[in-house]
Amino acid sequence: MTTIRMQDLRKSFGTFDVIKGVDLEIEPGEFMVFVGPSGCGKSTLLRLVAGLEDITSGTLAFDEKIVNSLTPSQRGIAMVFQSYALYPHMTVYDNMAFGLKLAKGSADDVKRRVHKAAEMLQITDYLDRLPKQLSGGQRQRVAIGRAIVRDPKVFLFDEPLSNLDAALRVATRLEIAKLHAKMHETTMIYVTHDQVEAMTLADRICVLRDGNVEQVGTPLELYEKPQSIFVAGFIGSPKMNFLTEQFADAYKTDILGVRPEHLEIKDKDGLWKGKLLLAENLGSESFLYIDIGAKEPLVVRQDGSAHQQPGELLCVAPVNNNIHRFDQSGRPAAN
Amino acid sequence: MPMSIIKNTAFYALVAVIVVCAVFPFYYAIITSFRTGSAIFTIEYWPTSFSVANYVNVIASGSFARNLLNSIIVSACVVTLSLLMAVTAAFALSRVRFRGRSLLLLTILSVSMFPQIAVLAGLFEVIRLLGLYNTLGGLVFSYMIFTLPFTVWVLTTFMRDLPVEIEEAAIVDGATPWVIITRVFLPLMWPALVTTGLLAFIAAWNEFLFALTFTSSTETRTVPVTIALFTGSSAHEVPWGIVMAASVIVTVPLVVLVLIFQRKIISGLTAGGVKG
Amino acid sequence: MTASPTVRSELLRQRSRSARLFLLPMILALAVVAGWPLLRTIYFSFTDASLTNIDAAKWVGFKNYLSWIQLKSGRTIYSGLLVDPAWWNAVWNTVRFSVISVALEAVFGMIIALVLNAEFKGRGIVRAAILIPWAIPTIVSARMWGWMMNDQFGILNDLFMRVGLIDHPIAWTASSDTAMIAVLIVDVWKTTPFMALLILAGLQMIPGDIYEAARIDGVHPVKQFFRITLPLVKPALMVAIIFRLLDAMRIFDLIYVLTPNSAQTKTMSVLARENLIDFDKFAYGSAQSTLLFLVIALMTMLAIWIGRVKLDGGER
Repeated sequence: MTTIRMQDLRKSFGTFDVIKGVDLEIEPGEFMVFVGPSGCGKSTLLRLVAGLEDITSGTLAFDEKIVNSLTPSQRGIAMVFQSYALYPHMTVYDNMAFGLKLAKGSADDVKRRVHKAAEMLQITDYLDRLPKQLSGGQRQRVAIGRAIVRDPKVFLFDEPLSNLDAALRVATRLEIAKLHAKMHETTMIYVTHDQVEAMTLADRICVLRDGNVEQVGTPLELYEKPQSIFVAGFIGSPKMNFLTEQFADAYKTDILGVRPEHLEIKDKDGLWKGKLLLAENLGSESFLYIDIGAKEPLVVRQDGSAHQQPGELLCVAPVNNNIHRFDQSGRPAAN
Repeated sequence: MPMSIIKNTAFYALVAVIVVCAVFPFYYAIITSFRTGSAIFTIEYWPTSFSVANYVNVIASGSFARNLLNSIIVSACVVTLSLLMAVTAAFALSRVRFRGRSLLLLTILSVSMFPQIAVLAGLFEVIRLLGLYNTLGGLVFSYMIFTLPFTVWVLTTFMRDLPVEIEEAAIVDGATPWVIITRVFLPLMWPALVTTGLLAFIAAWNEFLFALTFTSSTETRTVPVTIALFTGSSAHEVPWGIVMAASVIVTVPLVVLVLIFQRKIISGLTAGGVKG
Repeated sequence: MTASPTVRSELLRQRSRSARLFLLPMILALAVVAGWPLLRTIYFSFTDASLTNIDAAKWVGFKNYLSWIQLKSGRTIYSGLLVDPAWWNAVWNTVRFSVISVALEAVFGMIIALVLNAEFKGRGIVRAAILIPWAIPTIVSARMWGWMMNDQFGILNDLFMRVGLIDHPIAWTASSDTAMIAVLIVDVWKTTPFMALLILAGLQMIPGDIYEAARIDGVHPVKQFFRITLPLVKPALMVAIIFRLLDAMRIFDLIYVLTPNSAQTKTMSVLARENLIDFDKFAYGSAQSTLLFLVIALMTMLAIWIGRVKLDGGER
């Protein structure tokens, strides 16, 4: 059970600041997801925690113990890399045992732990194979297995699913969720740019932007009470609609945000009116792009397939007044 | 389509010219080496006689066998020593950031461009001071000047391309730089090591200037020097049959090695060349 | 828990410690075998050192390079390397040899590379065949060609006479008219494969769809070569040419064995070694070595500057 505490953590490469002062506390056993667009510093922050990058200033503590200058193995972390990073010349068994052997574990102990992890991940049958003889999903399991055997205090994932195809990604996502349930005493940090992964896996999400923490909270908090336009736009798919000028004025705010799923088509007397530009049919749901005279088309989600035709005039209104109001600076507007 | 037939014929004619030009001198050396006595002095394009007398002569007489052994010892030692030093140095140069790294790489590159003659005088003094004059050790020592920069350079470019994440995974597993080199990188690098080692071996095997200058007795010579100094009392008495037999003996192992490893050699040559 | 100052982590310290340790043997070896000898050579060029008595070398300044005596008659007599006709002859030979051989190698290398870049049956055989000259030791090829170029029994004379290129046998290596040609033939034969392989590597980096696009546009093959292939392969070609030029400038063994006594082929390296070892003019030879080094060093710097050799790549 490890608490991770970051205080004013900074990282610069030369004169370029990547992490600009992060304060964050991660609870013992928590599954924390770092999410943000590419270049926001989420991977760098993870590498600072791992000890693969030097901390420029600030402190990083595991359970009150400052670990700034410790090596990754001294910190007791394990990490799953984006490219799996398996040792190509070692069998699955040796890949998983390498760290334990280096730590001078007894042969019996190494064997026991590797087999236990292999069973947990159902890769016992592949222990004698080389990584190149495995499929992408199997390799990913080995990479996770290699991390598990070390019985880490902190478990780090660096975009582990981005090299898998869509179907496998969903399946492995589920595996990781199960893993977290089993290893509920291990603190986990998971980096991704995919908000769906973030929403489904996280206990709490930390949204990063330009090296700063934009908002930290549970997935629902982020969805329901985004503390900025950036978070509001980043969490949720399709993205939240943002309206300004006369549309926002009606709600006495600078920027008005409405999620596509919080809009519905009215037969008449809708709040906004416009021509249907395009209807995307996904079968179970559909998205309508409507030109209501705003800067960008308004996106509306509706259940089932769309029966409307492009060019049709439609009326739209928010459901139950489910709207978000932001001021000029992108923060939630005060009442 | 007569046009394409002409084109094809011309193309294959060109191919034939290239192959004949490339191979003929070696072919001619081989057929000469199997001819003895006055037969050597009649011009023949095809193998007409087959006598191993020249080979028997060259191996039995003089110090040729000894010189061959010298060449093998010197080249093998040079390759081993330079690979040992180059592997660790290449790790530092490709994987660790430190101040002056570019300058160091630049220096290494310029040393590989050194004309050997520029260091001949100074090296002569050093070798005599160390008591290595007229020894195989002296040759191994001096050959480092061209094999070491080359191996360092090629292995550095190769190591630079190894995935960073594998190294980081090893770091997370608690591996020290030495462990990373020996247990993670080396097993991945053996193709590069074979290529680089082979190229260094060929360079050492073919070296002439230092071998000529830093040895004085026939027992310490390497084969290129022996072959170069095979002369009769006048130009007409050059024992051509024996020279050709010796040449073939020295060359055949190289040609066989090169043909076996030709793909690797080509990639190694261009790695050292295009990037270097 | 207070904010800590910037401390380098244990990992970074460990890595830079290892890096220093890993580099040390190589740096020491290069210093002893290259750095120090070079400095000593330069030093000797300013002394009166002789081969038999190196230790007694005395500083004489620029005497080996240039010195003059004023005679009573008012005439000034210059002596030293910079006014030595033998030296300038060697310089001229070296330059002539380098430029002509590299130019020929570039042309032939390009032709062979283009052939090897085409798809045809037996490509593997051709590639293997051209590797043979490269694999043969220079000394051996000098000997082989020396035999083929023999004035009485050489097959080259026989061949050329049969074809009608010449009407009487030529003493290729001995005659002053043909000695340089003989050296050029052997060098071009031996090093064209290297050039061809470097150019081929450059050719293979050109994406195939460019040619497809050109074919669709109906570009004539000759025009295609000069407008597409040549510009795209130029960087690789330039690197190969510069490499070979630097290499050709220091040629020694081929000439030493093929045409040992010809003034027409004596290059800077051959002359310098002659003075250093054979003629016991150690200091004078050192001065020649130093000048050759300077020339090549300047060319190298120029080459690195032109080629902008990428030195600092990679992730870490």
